[in-house]
Amino acid sequence: MDFSNLDFEPFYLSFKLAAVTTFILFLIAVPFAWWLSQTKSKSKPFLEAVSSLPIVLPPSVIGFYILFTLSYNSPIGAFFEETFGIKLVFNFTGLVIASCFYSFPFMVQPLQGGFETLNKNMLEASYVAGKSKFQTLVLVALPNIKPALLTALIVTFAHTVGEFGVVLMVGGSIPGETKVASVAIYEFVEILDYSQAHVYSAIMLVMSFFVLLGVYIFNQHHSKRIGIS
Amino acid sequence: MININIRKELLGSSGKMDLEVDIKIEEGSFVALAGESGSGKTTLLRILAGLEKAEGKITVNEALWLEGKQSLATQKRGIGFVFQDYALFPNMSVEKNLLFVKKDRTLATKLLEMTHMLELKDRLPLSLSGGQKQRVALCRALMNKPSILLLDEPLSALDPSMRTKLQHDILKLHKEFGTTTIMVSHDPSEIYRLADRVLMLEQGKVVQDTNAKDAFLKTRGSQKFSLQGELLEIIEADILYIAIVAIGQQLVEVVLDEKEAKSLKVGQSVQVNTKAFAPSLSQ
Repeated sequence: MDFSNLDFEPFYLSFKLAAVTTFILFLIAVPFAWWLSQTKSKSKPFLEAVSSLPIVLPPSVIGFYILFTLSYNSPIGAFFEETFGIKLVFNFTGLVIASCFYSFPFMVQPLQGGFETLNKNMLEASYVAGKSKFQTLVLVALPNIKPALLTALIVTFAHTVGEFGVVLMVGGSIPGETKVASVAIYEFVEILDYSQAHVYSAIMLVMSFFVLLGVYIFNQHHSKRIGIS
Repeated sequence: MININIRKELLGSSGKMDLEVDIKIEEGSFVALAGESGSGKTTLLRILAGLEKAEGKITVNEALWLEGKQSLATQKRGIGFVFQDYALFPNMSVEKNLLFVKKDRTLATKLLEMTHMLELKDRLPLSLSGGQKQRVALCRALMNKPSILLLDEPLSALDPSMRTKLQHDILKLHKEFGTTTIMVSHDPSEIYRLADRVLMLEQGKVVQDTNAKDAFLKTRGSQKFSLQGELLEIIEADILYIAIVAIGQQLVEVVLDEKEAKSLKVGQSVQVNTKAFAPSLSQ
């Protein structure tokens, strides 16, 4: 088999998309998960349900609604294109927006779980020491949920790399723009190019495995050191 | 002077109850809050810390901490709080736990020295014993030189010998820093050793405001010796009855006649009194 003409662009796109999505979601999900873990508000179950929807909905449903909301025919899509000259679908920007919706619960849930296991008295000790909620979040809460934090980051990243349905619907398959690894594999299978499909799939499989293995090794090591099980 | 006049509705074990407290506390005094669990001691402490909402008025040396429902944020009260479960920051070393409150290395070193913890200053909390952890928590609570030090059953998770050592530390620090200290405790000996005033709470009200001796010394009338205990069992022995009573960690036998035995129930809280003998102490 000839590897020299193997096109790595879909992998590069997949990882770029995953990195950008993970970064944006981290900034959004940390305050959101922190708020969920601390609040006694009656709106909590409602927000939890909404934010978990992407786990249960078929990707095609999410893709359909995102297309419907962001395409040029919708007010939002028209506004962005006319005001900023930005198209929100069938390009990389559209993929990032779609991925942020799709992967949101995978970032929020481990973080919320981590925050909820923190000793409430420990957080109160920080308030008593004069630290604000934000300082407490950054200096006390986040450093003490490292395994949950790592899980959230990696699972979000991996889940975005593994996206297929939403990406296909919102992005199509434009080489160098929206043709990510999963879409590329689908196309190889469609044109019966099994050898290329094999190579791409094997690369995805091996990389995914080692990323997850790394996370679990870290978590085991970390829980021994800090004494959190 | 600390003026506390607060109300709060609590959901106790026996339904709703009102926590209503109106007290004044002298600056620099050591006050113990005692009473059965669910009587509102910890809630009162948490209201003082601003960790729990309440209505009323709290003033601390002219500063207004609570008026009506307007409450000064916990962060701005400048208090020290020691939790029963230590609540140290696991990601920080002993010294960093202290410096987190205030970047004052001299004070941190002084506090750790006073509590014999200086050698362990680079250790993580996980590797410390319960007594050591609570010493760190105590030092941490004093890092911002608090006007009020609040202790919520600080020693109840420790074994008796460790308790005694830490009681000395608490007293030493209380005197050294001249703070007003308010401590929730169940332990009469602890309260006797530390506190100069005891507030006994029952169903959310202060029912007794006195010193430790009057609050816990049960001697009445001509009785010279009196111990509170729990009746564990009544054994019939020929014409007499023998009651097994648990007093603290000890079990004692008391002889009863039939009438007495019939009037008592196993599980009851009882007083063991004697007047005929002069008790003596030996080692």
